[in-house]
Amino acid sequence: MSNPGNLKYTASHEWVKTEADGSITVGITQHAQELLGDMVFVEAPAAGRKLKAKEECAVVESVKAAADVYAPVSGTVTAANGALDSAPEQINSDPYGAWIFKMKPDNAADVAALLDAAAYQAVVDSEAH
Amino acid sequence: MTLKTTPLNAAHRAMGAKMVDFGGWDMPVNYGSQIDEHHQVRNDVGMFDVCHMRVVDAKGDGVRAFLRYLLANNADKLAASGRALYSAMLRPDGGVIDDLIIYFMTEQWFRIVVNAGTADKDIAWMKEQAANIAPQLTITSRDDLAMVAVQGPNARTKVWEVLPQTKAATEHLINFQAADCGEYFVARTGYTGEDGFEVMLPKEKVEKFWYDLNKVGVKPIGLGARDTLRLEAGMNLYGQDMDETVGPLESGLGWTVDLKSQRDFIGKAALLANPPTKKLAGLVLLDRGVLRGHQKVKTAHGDGEITSGTFSPTLEKSIALARIPNEVQLGDTVQVEIRDKLLNAKVVKYPFARNGKGLI
Repeated sequence: MSNPGNLKYTASHEWVKTEADGSITVGITQHAQELLGDMVFVEAPAAGRKLKAKEECAVVESVKAAADVYAPVSGTVTAANGALDSAPEQINSDPYGAWIFKMKPDNAADVAALLDAAAYQAVVDSEAH
Repeated sequence: MTLKTTPLNAAHRAMGAKMVDFGGWDMPVNYGSQIDEHHQVRNDVGMFDVCHMRVVDAKGDGVRAFLRYLLANNADKLAASGRALYSAMLRPDGGVIDDLIIYFMTEQWFRIVVNAGTADKDIAWMKEQAANIAPQLTITSRDDLAMVAVQGPNARTKVWEVLPQTKAATEHLINFQAADCGEYFVARTGYTGEDGFEVMLPKEKVEKFWYDLNKVGVKPIGLGARDTLRLEAGMNLYGQDMDETVGPLESGLGWTVDLKSQRDFIGKAALLANPPTKKLAGLVLLDRGVLRGHQKVKTAHGDGEITSGTFSPTLEKSIALARIPNEVQLGDTVQVEIRDKLLNAKVVKYPFARNGKGLI
């Protein structure tokens, strides 16, 4: 599965989708879910929580391991995906559909400065070597 | 460092395995979904590459007397040929050197299967003890043998399909019994809590055996599912649930330690002199999350620690083995420190699942 070109990415393997109202939706990438394997638990940040860029704000756990999810930019959480509480495996089957949380960025420019699909792929490739 | 490989390495890669460094061995962690592989074994059949484990043959007059002294469990329990016994091998101070299975074949031959990571240490220890008390024995690491575990309710049928020549000698085996069928040594043992065989065979034959099993519908299972299966079955993992710094009585292995007979064995005096203050118990997480090794457990009687924790695919809950104070009772609620939170867990009797069914 290739990384969708309409999304932004972080070097810590989050994807970021900018919505029409300027808010962003955040999940973890295909590469990240593949590394972790079968997902069994997701803990997303509560709406209203203020986040700093690169702050640990969510946890995804597979059978194998736990991994932190980081805030891609600074801002305020507006929603958590409650559907993942009972069906965390959606992250494995549909990593770019199974969003973890939404947030309102403090600065839209921070989002624009994130990695594009090609730059993110370069990060993934460099980890493989 | 170059990773060690088993004779099935190329087969794993051809079957799409994700390979990981497992204690210096290049081993398959899964071939896709670890949870699917887990259910495959509980409900049908799967095969595991366990070539990294070591087969050791102890031969000579008096081998039983030697093992009676070497091991915490009592080799005298083995009366019929082929019968197997699980035991800890202890240091003089009671620490666990390894856990292993011995198979009684004849009064001149016991076969021993030990863990991969401890094999060299184990063999050195056995040879050192033999040199002192039974120099007539030969202790041989069978590096010429490979081993495959075929596990699940349909495991035996599949092995017989591939190795029909072993059926007559193995169809009457009870649990924890083995038959020496010439090139194939077939044992009704395993590490999953399911029925099945562990098959030892010449290294050069194992790749064909693996592919033949696959052709009759036996799917390969990685180390990931092996760990969730054994933990559900309440089986200890050496290096996690016990090691040289703890004794068998605080590692849930009291049932394997024979302190009643007059027999002396290495570590016995230390066990009698130091009654344990902690025990191994099962935990089921009541809150949402996943229990993991080394998380702190807070109880009304003092702190403990999780030794192995995971998500149980059978129970669809998180489960763990934890070393906790003796005074904690079954049914008590304890708190587990996970990141910055204290989550509730219930102390339960384990195993958590066996023979296809959850027991909690």
